[in-house]
Order: sequence, then C-alpha cells, then structure tokens
Amino acid sequence: MKPRQQRMLAVGLAALGIAIAAGLTLRAFQDNMMFFVEVSDVAAGEYPKERNFRIGGLVVGGSVQRQEGSIDVRFEVTDTACTIPVIYSGVLPDLFREGQGVVAHGRMGGDNVFQADKILAKHDEEYMAPEVADSLSKHQKDIVKATVAGAAECGSNDS
Amino acid sequence: MNRYLWPLIAVVALLVFLVMGLRHGDPRALPSPFIGKPAPQFELPTLKNPDVTIGTQHMAGNYAIVNVWATWCVMCRQEHGFLLDLAASGAIPIYGINWRDSRPEAIRWLQELGDPYLASAYDADGRVGIDWGVYGAPETFLVDPDGTVVYKHLGPLDPVIWQREFVSRMNTGGAD
Amino acid sequence: MIPEIGQFALILALSLAIFQTVFPLVGAHRNNAAMMDVGRTAATGQFVFVAIAFVCLTYAFLTDDFSVLYVANHSQLALPTLYKVSAVWGAHEGSLLLWIFLLAAWTLAVARFSSGLPEAFAARVIGVLGFLSIGFLLFALLTSNPFARLVPAAVDGGDLNPLLQDPGLAIHPPLLYVGYVGFSVAFAFAIAAMISGDLDQRWAKWTRPWTTVAWLFLTLGIALGSWWAYYELGWGGWWFWDAVENASFMPWLIGTALIHSLAVTEKRGLFKSWTLLLAITAFSLSLLGTFLVRSGIIVSVHAFATDPTRGFFILTFLAVVVVGALVLYAWRAPSLDSDAGFGLLSRETFLLLNNVLLVVATALVLIGTLAPLVIEMASGGKISIGPPWFNIAFLVPTIPLVVLLGLGMHTAWRSQDKSAWLRTIRLPAITALVLGVVIPLLIYGRISILLFVGCAAAVWIVVLALILPIRSLFREKGTAGITRSALGMSVAHLGMGLFVIGVTVVSAFGVESDRALRPGETIEVAGYEFEMRELRNVQGPNFSAIEAEIEIRRDGDFVATLRPQKRQYLVQKNWMTEASIRAGLDKDLFVALGDQLGSNGGWSVRIQYKPLIRFIWLGALVMALGGLIAITDRRYRSKVRKTAAVDGAAAEATA
Repeated sequence: MKPRQQRMLAVGLAALGIAIAAGLTLRAFQDNMMFFVEVSDVAAGEYPKERNFRIGGLVVGGSVQRQEGSIDVRFEVTDTACTIPVIYSGVLPDLFREGQGVVAHGRMGGDNVFQADKILAKHDEEYMAPEVADSLSKHQKDIVKATVAGAAECGSNDS
Repeated sequence: MNRYLWPLIAVVALLVFLVMGLRHGDPRALPSPFIGKPAPQFELPTLKNPDVTIGTQHMAGNYAIVNVWATWCVMCRQEHGFLLDLAASGAIPIYGINWRDSRPEAIRWLQELGDPYLASAYDADGRVGIDWGVYGAPETFLVDPDGTVVYKHLGPLDPVIWQREFVSRMNTGGAD
Repeated sequence: MIPEIGQFALILALSLAIFQTVFPLVGAHRNNAAMMDVGRTAATGQFVFVAIAFVCLTYAFLTDDFSVLYVANHSQLALPTLYKVSAVWGAHEGSLLLWIFLLAAWTLAVARFSSGLPEAFAARVIGVLGFLSIGFLLFALLTSNPFARLVPAAVDGGDLNPLLQDPGLAIHPPLLYVGYVGFSVAFAFAIAAMISGDLDQRWAKWTRPWTTVAWLFLTLGIALGSWWAYYELGWGGWWFWDAVENASFMPWLIGTALIHSLAVTEKRGLFKSWTLLLAITAFSLSLLGTFLVRSGIIVSVHAFATDPTRGFFILTFLAVVVVGALVLYAWRAPSLDSDAGFGLLSRETFLLLNNVLLVVATALVLIGTLAPLVIEMASGGKISIGPPWFNIAFLVPTIPLVVLLGLGMHTAWRSQDKSAWLRTIRLPAITALVLGVVIPLLIYGRISILLFVGCAAAVWIVVLALILPIRSLFREKGTAGITRSALGMSVAHLGMGLFVIGVTVVSAFGVESDRALRPGETIEVAGYEFEMRELRNVQGPNFSAIEAEIEIRRDGDFVATLRPQKRQYLVQKNWMTEASIRAGLDKDLFVALGDQLGSNGGWSVRIQYKPLIRFIWLGALVMALGGLIAITDRRYRSKVRKTAAVDGAAAEATA
C-alpha cells in the first residue's frame, strides 16, 4: 500500500487504540480508584457506600484484640478527633504497631465497623503515609489521649 | 503545522505537569501539628537518673531546643558534633528526648561522644514522641520562652540550618 | 584519603566528559579527524576515572569506613561481605555512581567496537554519550556526592536496609541499569543520525545489536526484581504495578517496540521516523523513571530517600535532553518518509500494529502511574490506582498483541500470499483453540473466558514460535538453515508464550490462605497438609530470628520441610518476614510467618500454592536468551568489516 495509506492505517489504528484505552480507562477508573477517607468523615457517615475505600490513622494503643488462636484481629484507628473500629482476618504487616500509622483498605460494615481486606503499615521509622499525616495535622487534637484512650468527642467535625 | 511536532508538544506538557507536581509539595514532608501551638506537656524520668524528672515546665522562660535522638539513629551522630559546639557556646539550652532507645546504651553513647544536653528525657516507648508528632530521629524543636513550639526541623542540624531556621526565628520572634 | 581520591576522580571524569562531548561534536561538524579522535581517548579516560571512583567507594565499604556518610548510613560492621559490596549501589548516591559507571562502560564499548562506523557518525555518538555523562556527573557532584564525610565518624553504621540484604536484590540494580543506560546508546545513535541527516538501513543495522543487548539486560533485571519481590517481600505477589516497577517496565515496552521497528528499518528502509521516535522515547522513559523514583513526586514502597532539589535537577536534565532530541526530530523526520509500499498482508503491517499496541500499553501504564498525582493536584482528593485497574487496562492492548505476534512471525515482507499463510496458521490455530479449553479443564478442573484466552494464546505463540526452528531441524541436507536472527526471534517469542501460560495459570489457580497454626497442628491448603512441627530461636550474622519448622505432605507422602523465619535485624530493629518456599517448575509452595497469636504458641501464617509461577521468570529468561542468540548473527560480524572496506575505498576515491 502507498505511504499515505500506511499513514492513515497507522493513525486510524492509533486512534482506535486510544479510544478503546480511554473508554476502558474511564470505566475502570471509576470502579478501581481507591479513595482515601478520613476517620472523622467515616464517623460522620461520609464515605462511599457499597464500595471499597481506604482509611488511615494511628492505631489506638491497647485496642488490638485477638481471639485466642484465631487470625481475626480487631483494633481501632483514630485521626485524633474520631475513632473507628477495624476488623481484619489475616496476617498483619511487619510494621503494624500500636501508636503507629496504618492504612486499611476495605469497606464499612453494617455495624459501623470497618471490614478490612488489606492492611498497610509504615515502611520505616521516618515515613508515614502522607494521607495519614495530612489527616492528623488537620484534626490536631491531643494525640496521646487519642492513641491511649480513643478520641472522646467525636462528631464535632471541624473539617 | 508539522505533525512531527506533536511528540514535542506532548512532552512539554508532561514536563510542565511534572514541575507543578514537584512544587505541589514533597509528599514525604510531614507537617508538625504543633507549630504555633503550646508544646505538649510532658514529664519524664531523665536518662542518667531515673529518680529525677524533666519536663516542659523546666524549659519555660527562655528559648530552648528539644532534640529527639537515639543510639540507633545514624544521622544523630552526624549532628552530634554541632550540638556539642552549640552547647559549649552557651547560645541556647539544649534538652534531649532519648526516643525508644536502650537506657544503658544511650548513657554509654553520651559518655563516649559527649553530652550536649542539659538533661535528656528517657522516652522508652515513644509516647511523648507521639505527643510531639515525632516521626523519626533526629528531630529538633525550637520552643519559645512561653512554651510555644516555633519550629521543627527534620534531620540533622548543622551551622547553616541553625542560622537560617533557628537563629532567624529567635531574632524576629518574640511573644506571639 | 581514599574517599577524597574517589571524589577527585569524579571531578576528573567530569572534565574528560566535557572533552568527550565538545571535541567530537565540533570535529564531526568540521570534519576534523584529530578532534574527532579526542572523543575515543576521552571516553577511555572517563571510564578509567569513574572506575577509580567506584573502586574507592567499594573500598570504603569493605574497610568499614564510617567516616563516609553514605557508608555509615548503609552498612554495618556485622554486615556480610557480599552485602557490603551490594550496599555500594543500595541507595541513591551509590546507585547514581553505578549509573555513571555503566554509562562510561557503554561509551567505552561503543568507542572500542565502532571501527565499522563512519568516523563522523561514531564521533557524534560518543559526543552525545559524553553530554549525558556530564549531566549525571554534575548531578552526583552537586547534589548527591557519595563521598561526603561524616564528622565525627560513626562507631558503627546504620545497616543496609534488611530488605536489600539478599543475593537476588544485590544484582538486580546492575542488571537493570545496564539496560536503562544501554538505551542511551540507541538514543545517541538516533541523535547522531538526526544531526547528520543520514538515516538509512545501515544505520538501523548498526543500532540493532546495541539496542538488543540493552533490552535483554533490562528483561533480566525486571524479571529478577519480580522474582525477588515474590520471595522477599513475603506475600507471594510477583508484580504490584508499583510506580518504581512501572518506571522500569515502560522503557522495556518501548524498547521491545524499538527492536522490532529497527528490524523494519533495516530490512526495508521503512518506519524511520517511528524508529527514531522510539529510540528517543526509550531512553527518555529511562530518565523519566529515574526522576520518578528519586524526586519524591510519587509515593512508593520502593522509592529512594527523596529530595525535591534532586528532583528539579533531574527534571531539568530530562527536559534539556528530551526537548533537544524532539526538536531535532521535528526538523529531520519530515525528510525521512519513504515511498516504498507494502501490502495489507505483510510483516510490515504486523510490525506497525506491534508498534502501536506497545505504545498504547506504555501510555496506559504512564497514565495509571501519574493519575493519582494529577487528581491530587486538581481536586485534593487522595486516590490510588492499583493492580485491579492496571490488570484490566493492560490486557486491552496485550491480548491483540499476543494474537498478532503469532501471525506476524510467519508473514513475509512486503506481501504475503494469503493461501500459503492460511495453511501455515490453520493447524496452530486449531491446536490453540482446543488446548485452550482442554488444559484448564483437564489439569485444573476449571474453565473461564480469561483462562481460555490465556491458555489458547500461550499455546498459539509456543506452537508458532517452534515452527521455524523445527522446520530447520528437519530440512533437506544442503539447504540453508535458520539464521541466528530468526532463531533468536523464535526463542524470544517462545519465552513470551511461557510467560503468558505462567501468568494465566497462577492468576487463575493460585491459592492464598491466612491461617492460625500452633506447634503440633496440621492444616490443609490446596490439597497439601501443612504441619507446624516446632518453633525455635535462631541466630544469623546480623539478626536473630524465630523459626518455624513446617512439614508438608500430600496424601500422607512427604513433600518438603520449610523453615519460615521472623527476623529482627540487630541495628535497625525492624521485624522482617523471611518466607520459605518449596520451588518447582510445576508449582511453588510458599509459607510465611505472620504474627504471634496469644500465649499458646500459635502464629498466623500465610500459605500459598502457586502453580506454574516459575514459568513467568523462565519465560523472561528465555526471551533474554532469544535476544542473545539474535545478536550473534553472522551478518553483524562479517558485514561490519565489509562496510569499513567500502568506506575506505570511497574515501580513497574522493581523496
């Protein structure tokens, strides 16, 4: 075929490819974008229903509970203003610890408990997931109280 | 227009976007929730003598530096020489928070390398560190005479940073 | 003393790089042979001094010189010697020095093995490579000096990140960087051609072997990284679409398109502007990848310690290099269009589609990697794009690509006779469709659309890839056999088929299970019994660990004993999971310790059954092998000499 036709073929294919890619991108984006929702927003009921999303904050000290011999674990996450309980069934990452930052991926259960299917913890001593850091600095309440006792006055959302 | 210019245009657009992304902020830059706010109160046993306590009330009345350090922190060694010089010059009282460390090792460390601190608080489990929004070591806080946290520096201190970030704030600061 | 020598050596290397850039480029412009010669000498000199710097840094590690900040941060007295060496490139400053070293090495190779190239062309290539060296040396000296001192010196270092203390990860960066940096050679060849305005089939023939070598090392490096992530990160995944992984994958995709496009340009003199653009893009993506992982702009588990200052430097360098190249491209490409045509059913058509699909795939990966940043800057919302999206999106161009791959191999250049073609592909097509259904059902008892497509595609590629080599094996005595080039192609495509079957089977039939286990207890996963026999404490050179002994049986027969550990490294005090794997070509059994569950001695464990997972890396290895075979083709060796003779004769005639 002549060069002009070659070019048109190439351009046509490229356009087709991009169109398909764009279409898929948009559709799949919607389904697979993982939003990060602050603990306070989740407590106020503002979170994607029927969908997976992420929450993050500090693990409340003393809140990690396991049933003897079971891999189910329950703990509480706080952004210092509000606290949300999380349940997870599985192996926790190496750097998961009370008082440290954590990001959980899953969805809200009926009883206002977050059902996590994935847990991500801090990578090293000097790093905290930026979403968690931002969320903490927004709420700015007494961190020690929150991580030791869980936040008391939730619902007074200042975000 | 020359259609061979399209790749160039696309790349320039991408570069502009990346520059904006860089300026948008370092995602690892961690905010301190306490800048401009009263320093979180604490009272902890000192490192060398567990029967004596040190806390925020001891620092009031003067500008002070609170330096978070640990023996497992390599960058802390890097700034240690500067801290010794700073302590020797008497420019400002330096308090330490020995963070999540082993007490005997920490004491030995100070004996070997010198002790620039008026006193070091021993924060074994890191609770006070959490209070102060500490994410790693070394971190150094500048606290004003009223007990307000004026500035926090992540990473080792050196003369340049001392001048630029700490001295300048001490000079232009004052009661806030 | 030694670190200062190293730093001084880098400064000298920088001056030589400046000579290496200016003289050859000016000399080629003025046709001054003396100036052009400076290029090769300077390249040799630069290599020597960069090598000295590299040796100095390695020496500092081996002698535990903690007065060097980089050594203090990334080494430790008790660190095993192998890792003291690999720590040299374990973090930003050192890996940058590795990059500079490999760039100098590639340049030296070009200087040494380019006797068949016209002098002016070779000079321009060396000059462009020199420019790149200048950029990286400046970056190191100005922002990332590996020889910076720590005063007072530390008594003991901060230890290499335990994740990096592993033989696989020790050689992963060198392999990867040989690939990344190797694409700079194709880039330099492209720039040289654009400057002189001469881009022809000879140019493509020269460029091909260099590009193939870079590509095959990149293939090995990526495969190694994937294998390492699988056994070291403890969770059995082999690809996470993490930003750093994507940063290495995008140059690979474009590099693959490039080696195919070069074939067309060499054989038929077509696709010149495609090939140029791909050569520019492959290296630009290498640079972009460097930027993404070192600037802090993208958050990733892998990212180096970051610093926006460094980010700005790389971005500026990236801008200068890429914009410069594309300006040249916009200037020269219009004059490169050829009048030659090709039929609808021809190899050219298939390779054109190949180019397009690989570019689309790359664009998708780039979009997915940058999208979170775009959305955060635009709306402040924090989102993440993870494997679910990438896995779906990536399949879109890849499935057609895999089908076309099989067809293109057996399509002649310029124009292919339809009925002969149909005859060739008919049997493989039927075989693929049948086995695509039979394999999943028979061996694993299940079928689905994706399973069918995956298995059929794998069989399709494997069968079609084997046709040419097998025909050659059974050919009549005296007739020509398969060329190394064609054999390399067949082997590489065969590797692709192995890769596809590995991915398909492990994705569909892999089992992952988190369970609680106590000493003395047995649980069942995927038909295997896992019994925890005991727990004990063990000591390593620089860590202490809790180790579980797990015995695996199937139907009562002993299969293997695995010993997963939970390690605590002495200095950094982090806990780390060290999984234990029973590897096999047919399947992997994988056990990792999770957490202690209460006081009764129980632990949570992650057990995984991974059928055919080794085919993924085997496929990549075979692909790289194909590349290696292809570059040993006779025509790269004899014709090079012939070209030199022709040039020589022409020079004499015009003198």
